[in-house]
Amino acid sequence: MRQRLAGLRRVAIVPAFNEEHALPGVIDELRTFDAGLEIVVVDDGSADRTADVAVEMGVRVLRLPFNLGIGGAVQTGFRFAFERGYDLAVRVDGDGQHDPAQLERLMEPVLADEADIAIGSRFAGDPAGYRSSRARRVGIRLLGRVVSRIVGQRVTDTTSGFQVLNRQGIALFARDYPHDYPEVEATVMVFRHRLRLAEVPVTMRERGGGRSSITTLRSIYYMVKVLLAIFVGLFRRNVVPQEDAS
Amino acid sequence: MTPLAVSVAGAIASFTLVLVVLELIRSRRLRERYALLWLVTGLTLTALSAWRDGLNVIAGWLGVRSYPPAVLFAVGILFILAVLLHYSTVISRLSDQNVLLAQRLALLEAQVREGATSEP
Repeated sequence: MRQRLAGLRRVAIVPAFNEEHALPGVIDELRTFDAGLEIVVVDDGSADRTADVAVEMGVRVLRLPFNLGIGGAVQTGFRFAFERGYDLAVRVDGDGQHDPAQLERLMEPVLADEADIAIGSRFAGDPAGYRSSRARRVGIRLLGRVVSRIVGQRVTDTTSGFQVLNRQGIALFARDYPHDYPEVEATVMVFRHRLRLAEVPVTMRERGGGRSSITTLRSIYYMVKVLLAIFVGLFRRNVVPQEDAS
Repeated sequence: MTPLAVSVAGAIASFTLVLVVLELIRSRRLRERYALLWLVTGLTLTALSAWRDGLNVIAGWLGVRSYPPAVLFAVGILFILAVLLHYSTVISRLSDQNVLLAQRLALLEAQVREGATSEP
């Protein structure tokens, strides 16, 4: 795998919102995993020293002038990756819940050209590893069922932000990416654009610092919003990305 | 009792609102985030128009004896107020962000200009 990786220009997109404590650990782990990985921290209008911490550690920082929410922040990273011509992008959240050591496994389907986007799923393998509020777990399950039915492939974790994308995946998300709570809609989008998606079982860690941007009340709002977006999205014309994938 | 024509017209009008909102979302002219309140408005008004006994009961609670459809107007106005208030908060946020963007752009421009002139 290392050899296949060596020929590719690869970037890690790390969205971070007030993650000054967790971020250094994430950057260190990414470097340990792959020294040739360009690391780009997208600072989503943090009020703390997130951007400074990233600069001190010598990684590239895209500092947003105000908080765009996770969708807008991540898409900034995808646009960067697309414009700078990267072949492979990994997305790892800045809060430390994604373990870069598992990237090796996550990259496998993309490097083997079996998928355009690989998503780390908390539920594909042993579900015991994931702890979260009950409302959120139920919500995630329900969304998984709805999405699986729509796309015709079993998708267990539609809310995971732990992802690896090839050039086609980067091109799609650079052009069009949903806003708040984007992963569910993005999953449906991937299928509607006829890209290949693979789920890889991963375990996620407790959050390293900061706090989740999603509270229980908001989960309900997001749930309604996301379901609405999915169903309305079904009636959109199927747009296949025009950008040349090469 | 509500005249049947009022119920039918009200139901058609409010359901049309729902369909228009859905179409606007589909064609990406309206974000889901800003559409939710409109959808709730449309669906509530549709329900109150179509469910005639319900409208009478609610009118009874509110002490409206003579003309139950007045409740329809009241609910409609209430929702419009909510939508307008929501827009005011959205506009406020947008104008704050706009100021910030202009300031950042000015700083960036100065930086680019100084960088360009300091070149040998």
